[in-house]
Amino acid sequence: MANEVVLLDFWPSMFGMRVRIALAEKGIKYEYKEEDLKNKSPLLLEMNPINKKIPVLIHNGKPVCESLIIVQYIDEVWNDKSPLLPSEPYQRAQARFWADFVDKKVYGASRKVWSTTGEEEEAGKKEFFEILKTLEVELGDKPYFGGETFGYVDLSFITFYSWFHAYEVLGNINIEAECPKIIAWAKRCLQKESVAKTLPDQKKVYEFVAQMRKRFVSE
Amino acid sequence: MAKNDVKVLGAWPSPYVMRPRIALNIKSVNYEFLEEKFDSKSELLLQSNPVHKKVPVLIHDDKPICESMIIVEYIDEVWTSGPSILPSDPYDRAIHRFWAAYVDEKWFAAMKGLRSAQGEERKAFLDRVIEGLALLEEAFGKCSKGKAFFGGDRIGLLDIAFGSFLAWLKVTEKVNGVKLLDEAKTPGLVKWAERFCADAAVKSVMPETEKLLEFSKFLAAKMKGAPPPKN
Repeated sequence: MANEVVLLDFWPSMFGMRVRIALAEKGIKYEYKEEDLKNKSPLLLEMNPINKKIPVLIHNGKPVCESLIIVQYIDEVWNDKSPLLPSEPYQRAQARFWADFVDKKVYGASRKVWSTTGEEEEAGKKEFFEILKTLEVELGDKPYFGGETFGYVDLSFITFYSWFHAYEVLGNINIEAECPKIIAWAKRCLQKESVAKTLPDQKKVYEFVAQMRKRFVSE
Repeated sequence: MAKNDVKVLGAWPSPYVMRPRIALNIKSVNYEFLEEKFDSKSELLLQSNPVHKKVPVLIHDDKPICESMIIVEYIDEVWTSGPSILPSDPYDRAIHRFWAAYVDEKWFAAMKGLRSAQGEERKAFLDRVIEGLALLEEAFGKCSKGKAFFGGDRIGLLDIAFGSFLAWLKVTEKVNGVKLLDEAKTPGLVKWAERFCADAAVKSVMPETEKLLEFSKFLAAKMKGAPPPKN
């Protein structure tokens, strides 16, 4: 059977971007379908009835949901090139741990930075920088979280970089000043074609987030 | 340093701690269980899991692995001579991981909400718990394909992820006076739960409902005794 791959996604989603990078790393041809999250398609509701969220990968008609689960699936099926996870079990466990850390912590804290004001926003900024600094310590002097090569943890976190400009303007913060190693790492990742071609323009993302902010904050 | 020196840092009431212990039992791996004291964290825990400071932690030849489901996958990948815990097919693996994440992020969140909620809020959480069980009943039908477990003939990843909550589920039934697993609504899960709890790998680590009920009352009393949150 031909390999039919469809991705249901939403262009600014840092979760969807993870899947796009993984597909690009593996050189997989796929059909990209943009979802309007205010008007979800019948296909999305059929393929992800539990969470009704993007991204959803549809491989030969069968849906896989949750971005990191999709990335692991892609790595396991298309295992002939560009491995995303390390092959050694302990390294794999560490990679999964840090990707899980990104999932549990980065989105929540960053959301407070752009969608709240006052004390809540200040607390959010503090939390956001604490989390980024923890990641900086984990990165250490390595070029990538994965070591010498771009891997699973890099992929799980780099997609947030496309939102950094929005966080900086809306939150009035300077990420490079606080976490220079993270910015240096991000720029290194952007030298990879799969990342550079996937991450949307930061200004476009800023306009999108600024619009969304209006729903939460009256200014 | 001993080869294959395996320790689990944990606490007996925790469903998350049960998971690596079940996995190690499936693989017939001997390990030392280091029980954390309630309300205090040992030096070893703080050193081994500085990021989250939580149990369970698996310490294998002095190397720590954290987060219960990540530990289970690690155990499956290291001890390959024992029965497999994850399915071999990548799609089936994705399905097990999806439902394990659902159980942790959505379903157990509703169970925890139920513990402290009152009145209307309580009913809302209860509805969510029951809806979740209906979804899991359907998932069980699809995953088990008529066999005993989500993993087929043997306990798999999703059995461990969901089954580890069964003792707390029974406590919740008693405390709230409701039947959550029901022969009429979730017949598949009722039988699965019996099989899971009776399995040799599970029996020795699943707390007795009465003991857990006592612990749950102790926890509830502690929460009531705590000073009210500052507003």
